[in-house]
Amino acid sequence: AAMSRKRLQQLVDSLGRSAKHFNKNEVECLIKVFDALVAKSSNRFAAVGFDRNSFRDTLHSAFGMTDDMIMDRVFRTFDRDNDSCISVVEWVEGLSVFLRGTLEEKIKYCFEVYDLNGDGYISKEEMFQMLKNSLLKQPSEEDPDEGIKDLVDIALKKMDYDHDGKLSFMDFEKAVRDENLLLEAFGPCLPDIK
Amino acid sequence: GGNPTATVIALCSMRDFNLAQETCQLAIRDIGCLEVLINLLDTEEIKCQIGSLKILKEISQNTLIRHAIADLGGLQIMVKILDSPDKDLKCLAAETIANVARFKQARRTVRQHGGIKRLVGLLEGISVGSTSLTPCQTKDTEIARCGALALWSCSKSVKNKEAIRKAGGIPLLARWLKCSHANILTPVVGTLQECASEPSYRLAIRTEGMIENLVKNLSSEHEELQMHCASAIFKCAEDKETRDLVRQHGGLQPLSVLLGNTENKKLLAAVTGAIWKCAISRENVSRFREYKVVEALVELLTDQPEEVLVNIVGALGECCQEPINRTIIRKCGGIPPLVKLLTGTDQALLVNVTKALGACATEPENMMIIDRLDGVRLLWSLLKNPNPDVQASAAWAICPCIQNAKDAGEMVRSFVGGLELIVNLLKSKNKEVLASVCAAITNIAKDEENLAVITDHGVVPLLSKLANTNNDKLRRHLAEAISHCCMWGSNRVAFGETKAVAPLVRYLKSNDPSVHRATAQALYQLSEDPSNCITMHENGVVKV
Repeated sequence: AAMSRKRLQQLVDSLGRSAKHFNKNEVECLIKVFDALVAKSSNRFAAVGFDRNSFRDTLHSAFGMTDDMIMDRVFRTFDRDNDSCISVVEWVEGLSVFLRGTLEEKIKYCFEVYDLNGDGYISKEEMFQMLKNSLLKQPSEEDPDEGIKDLVDIALKKMDYDHDGKLSFMDFEKAVRDENLLLEAFGPCLPDIK
Repeated sequence: GGNPTATVIALCSMRDFNLAQETCQLAIRDIGCLEVLINLLDTEEIKCQIGSLKILKEISQNTLIRHAIADLGGLQIMVKILDSPDKDLKCLAAETIANVARFKQARRTVRQHGGIKRLVGLLEGISVGSTSLTPCQTKDTEIARCGALALWSCSKSVKNKEAIRKAGGIPLLARWLKCSHANILTPVVGTLQECASEPSYRLAIRTEGMIENLVKNLSSEHEELQMHCASAIFKCAEDKETRDLVRQHGGLQPLSVLLGNTENKKLLAAVTGAIWKCAISRENVSRFREYKVVEALVELLTDQPEEVLVNIVGALGECCQEPINRTIIRKCGGIPPLVKLLTGTDQALLVNVTKALGACATEPENMMIIDRLDGVRLLWSLLKNPNPDVQASAAWAICPCIQNAKDAGEMVRSFVGGLELIVNLLKSKNKEVLASVCAAITNIAKDEENLAVITDHGVVPLLSKLANTNNDKLRRHLAEAISHCCMWGSNRVAFGETKAVAPLVRYLKSNDPSVHRATAQALYQLSEDPSNCITMHENGVVKV
């Protein structure tokens, strides 16, 4: 119902070029998936694209993601033009990095996800926010936040190369290149291999 | 306790400690962290497993930690991880296993949990000869390298060598041997040379064309790789076909060249060992002479550690198969250091030294030097050495000394208690000792005065007691000894009385012509006594 044959073809061509990691067949499939998933949602924006909720549902059902805050950030990152709606172009290009990005592309992507206020730095407060629920709360603990604060300090000590108390993109990139495991240091924002 | 995200951050930070330092390693163990690390291995969280293994890999360099990891069941988990599809995880697991499996029980555990099969499976990537690889091939090579490292550690156990073979490891190792990257070649060759103590491996190394690659890598820039190749050749050159293959593939020259590297003692030991065994074949000795190996070896005779000396002397001994080398050794001043080595205590070295000196002593000019340096007395005193191999080797060496010395009889008499000593060795249970002593007695008995002395020491009944043997080597030398001992007094009669004659007749049934010859001589001598003739006739000597 959505597009004419010709428009579809044009879209596939242009996306095939911009989303470097998919070939044309794969792009077509992704567009079909997009259409199918969007049609399922009952939202009136359906014709244009994913809204936040539908996107989060997809992240959950397709990729097993559960962290609300992270999923929200992923949505924001996919949504380049910030119109609270993920178009088919944003969908395909986003997935290109999400599923098959090179290390460089993934580093940029993760940094964007973690930089909650988009100011080019991951601050201690932002780290605290993201790691808030990552430790099991001991019933006897007086200040449950103490553990989180320690964890944030450890992370900062490891990754803050220019010692300015926050992580710039360069800090983050250097840390990840040194130790790949730190790519998703503040929460799982990439699909699991399983 | 935390979720994977927190765990990963903590694990990554842990690596910033100096994990190579023992205090740090033991601290990790003492605060119960090892259990945590191993529990993390048991989860399905790949990032946690990777983070944990990165730490375990480092700290398992420590012996105490290795044992602790094994006690906590870490090895079983690591073996399971080898099944994971994640390549990084497989590599880390294999590398950690390589570190932990440095003691016997660990190696057994790996085998009992199916580890050997899985490690061999890691070798199944496609090896490429060229130097530039796609990222995928690089990853596969890395996986194979880690697998080979683990197999290398595990292969120190005999049962594991067998398990590797049964799992089809040999053709895979052969394939990787053709590769040109030193970082995978080293563990592959390391494993092969470790396993080359088994005949099945030596056969496979020969038939799968691996000698060619081993020879090629003797010229590598990496000394460790050179050492393992030389070591493998050392072990495999027990077999004649291999010795020929080494020569045919041009291996003798790089070995000779490597003698120049005297700094690296382990390498030198392996190279001299390889040269020693290759020199067992005469054609190789000729080739070595072209490369001036004898001269180089003599130069190394001083100031080397024992494990190198054993091989150097062994090689010189084999090179003496060619008479001209015996002269070269003398001209290079090799005799004095060899004689000096007779005073050592290392038994393997003593065996080789006596053999080499014995070979040299066949040249009269060499014999003069040996005698002047008191070498024969030193050899004689080695007859007192508790090790039968040393005794036999010394006795064999004494024979050419007596044959080629001036005033041999006088010389022998000058060794206080020497004749009694050697006659008493006839009481030994070791066949090689007996044969060598008989040969020596044959030579001693050529001097009449000495013959009288050994008769007094009871040589006749002792020789007769040995007559009932099926061992051709012993038979031959015994018969020669008897025939020479007949030349004194009533020894002929005594041999008859001590029942030596009848068994001797049976020797004629042997297939060995040298036994026949010696026996015929002995019987001829014995037959001058009539009662012996009767005995011989009774035993059907004419028919035989």
